[in-house]
Amino acid sequence: MAMRPIPVDAPAFFHRGPSPLARLAFFGLLSIALLFADTRYRYLEGIRQVAGTVLYPFQRAVEMPAEAVAWVGRYFADKAHLADENVELRQALTAQAPVAQAFPQLREENDRLKTLLDLQARYGNTGRAVEVLYTGRDPFTQKVFVNKGMQAGLAPGEAVLDDRGVVGQVTRVFPYMAEVTLVTDKDQAVPVKVERSGVRSVLFGNGTGRAPDLRFTAPSADVRVGDRLLTSGIDGTYPPNLPVAEVIDIERDTGQMFARIATRPLSGVDRSQYLLVLGQAAAAPARPEEPADSDVVKRGRGRGRRG
Amino acid sequence: MRALTDVVSFAPASPEEILRPPQPWFVLLTLLAALVANMAPASGVFMALRPDFLAVVLLYWCIQAPRYVGVGTAWFVGLVMDVADATLFGQHALAYAVLAFAADYFRRRVLRFPLWQQAVQVAVLLVATAGLVLVVRFIGGAPMPRWTYAAPPIVGALLWPLLSVLLQRPQRPRRRGDR
Repeated sequence: MAMRPIPVDAPAFFHRGPSPLARLAFFGLLSIALLFADTRYRYLEGIRQVAGTVLYPFQRAVEMPAEAVAWVGRYFADKAHLADENVELRQALTAQAPVAQAFPQLREENDRLKTLLDLQARYGNTGRAVEVLYTGRDPFTQKVFVNKGMQAGLAPGEAVLDDRGVVGQVTRVFPYMAEVTLVTDKDQAVPVKVERSGVRSVLFGNGTGRAPDLRFTAPSADVRVGDRLLTSGIDGTYPPNLPVAEVIDIERDTGQMFARIATRPLSGVDRSQYLLVLGQAAAAPARPEEPADSDVVKRGRGRGRRG
Repeated sequence: MRALTDVVSFAPASPEEILRPPQPWFVLLTLLAALVANMAPASGVFMALRPDFLAVVLLYWCIQAPRYVGVGTAWFVGLVMDVADATLFGQHALAYAVLAFAADYFRRRVLRFPLWQQAVQVAVLLVATAGLVLVVRFIGGAPMPRWTYAAPPIVGALLWPLLSVLLQRPQRPRRRGDR
């Protein structure tokens, strides 16, 4: 083997560039600028898209062994287990048969009524089934990544469900995958109504391991433990009447402005493997302009509120 | 046969042993492997315990090969990790840059200790880095994570002896009898 030349560098004390402290100061400030730009203004989504696409093959390569193991596991799945599952599914099918049989008729009737009322369908049959690739590694947020993205026409803001209820919302879309922020993520808001009484409120996530709660609800509001919460649909993001959560605890303190209402999500949230992404609801009509005279009244009173 | 016994002997290099400089491609390859290990899907306990392989490998090269891997490299690698994790842009970059700086500061001292004592010092560095990330996220309005947040740095430090032995293998000087 040929002798490798011995590295001949100038001794360290001659040239080392800027000192580590200077480098740290430079890169530290650069990181803080990036952090600020990302949290406050979201300037960097474009860069994230490009870099995410470059990293995608690596991510798929890493997942392949796990997928192979899962496939082998399925292949050798216990026959009895499959038979049990078959029976269960058959029973479920039978149970749902009356609903299914009534459905075409109901839809026809509904369509006719809608035509009569000249209403637009709020959302079509635009559901796309997706599979969860992995949960986000960031311990501060509640996110999962799913196996379809721009390619399948997913868009940020679309609602994500599982078989029991709302799971979250698509927040970022990459070419081949998408990020779903779960309803339990801190300050993730879902406009809801109480199924029993129709009281409207907003459900806020509280972060990992904490129950989401209803905020801005008066202590006197008609909410009881065990009430189911459905999406109200007034935000134009979530289609109306999808189950979201169940009230598990209410603390009414008349001294406080609002009641403290803890809930439990009805969906599997971070445990479901297969999810459904529902297309964006039809755009709601623009908010009506405030009448000019009311503006005058406000100005007359002093500072008008910004609308 | 000699090569085989060489590979099998897992004794770490003593502080007196002078290691050859690593090949740049080897440094790059190990960093890439650590990134891939970080991106591997996991759930449940594994997810909670999974150490930040990239931080440990970076720390190793910052200590062993400061001419190749320094604050700048660490910062860039951190940015890549931010994209892979979909976390805030600059979070890992800042953490890794600080880690690289601390490594440079402690570099000459750490290697004088036996491996398990090195691991203790590495644990301190990794926990401090995790604490920095915690502060950054708090300022950004994130909630308090679970207590398991403290686990990955500790697991990372426990991995240190193993990773050091593996990573220093190609740099060990050949014995007189070889070649």
